[in-house]
Amino acid sequence: MRALAALVLLLTPLPAWADSGMPAAPYANVQLPDPAQEAKAKALMETLRCLVCQGQAISDSNAELAGDMRSMVRERIAAGESPEAVRAWLIRRYGSWVSYDPPFDHTTWILWLTPVVLLVAGLFLARGSLKRRRR
Amino acid sequence: MKRGLLLWLPLAAFIVLATVMIFGLHKPDDQTIPSKLVGTPVPEFMLPAAAQGLPGVSSRALAGQGPHLVNIFASWCVPCAAEAPQLKAIADAGVPIVGIAIRDRREDLAEFLGRYGNPFRAIGADDQSKVQLALGSSGVPESFVIDSKGIIRRQIIGPINPGDVASVIATVQGAQ
Repeated sequence: MRALAALVLLLTPLPAWADSGMPAAPYANVQLPDPAQEAKAKALMETLRCLVCQGQAISDSNAELAGDMRSMVRERIAAGESPEAVRAWLIRRYGSWVSYDPPFDHTTWILWLTPVVLLVAGLFLARGSLKRRRR
Repeated sequence: MKRGLLLWLPLAAFIVLATVMIFGLHKPDDQTIPSKLVGTPVPEFMLPAAAQGLPGVSSRALAGQGPHLVNIFASWCVPCAAEAPQLKAIADAGVPIVGIAIRDRREDLAEFLGRYGNPFRAIGADDQSKVQLALGSSGVPESFVIDSKGIIRRQIIGPINPGDVASVIATVQGAQ
C-alpha cells in the first residue's frame, strides 16, 4: 500500500518552475508532426527572447509564458504563417527587443557597421606596415 | 607631427568608450517591457467566462462601453493579491474594471475572489496567455487604460500601489 502511494507520488509530474497550476499549452513541449514545419518553428524559437527570463530564448526557457509562446509559434507555423510574419507580429507588440535577430535601423547601424569599418582599417594598417618592411 | 597624433587615437577612443560604459553601469537596470500597442486600438479577442456569475471578455463588447481599465492578473500571482484593495478602491470610484485571468484554474480563481473581493465586471479566462501576448503584456499584474473608442491609452506594469489610485481613476475618467 505504501509502495503504491509512493509510486503514485513519483508518477505525479511536478513541473519544476510551475507558478500556475495549469497544464502546459498543447504545443509548448510537443513537436509539430511535420518535420519541415518543426524545423522552421525551432529556428524561430531560438531567436525569440523570453519575456520573463530575459536572458534566454523561448526555446531554452522553462517559464510558463515561454511555453505559451512556443505553442503559439508552432500553431501559427502549422497554420501556414511564415516565421518572419510571426516575428513581425511579436515585434509590433514588444519592439525589436523580443527578437535575437536585430534589424538594421537607426539604433543598431553602429553594431552592424563597426566590424566592417574595423576590418577595413586593419587592412589599411597591415598594408602600410608590409610596404614599409619590404622597402 | 601628424603621425604622433594618430598614435594617440586608439587611447582616446578607449577613454571615450570606457567613460560611456562606466556611466552605463550606474544607470539602474530597467527590466520592464512597455507594450508598443499603447496608442493603437485593442486587438480583437474573445475570452470565455472565468468566474461564475460574471460574463467573459471580448474586445467587441468592450468597444462601446466607455473608458475602462483592463487588469491582467492571476490567483497564483502574489503582487496581484497585494493589488486587490487598490482595484476595489478604483471600482468603488465608479471605474469599470475588466479582468483577464492568466492560466488560472476556475476553483483557484473563485477562492481568490472570495478572499480578496471582486472588483471586476467581467473576467475572461486566458488559459494559454494568448490575449496577454496579443496585448503586448509580459507579466502579471498589468493594467491597460482603454478609452471609449477602444484605443489603449496607458499601460501600467506591475501592481497599482495605494499612491497610484487617484491618478489611475483620473486617467480612466479622462480617457473619453
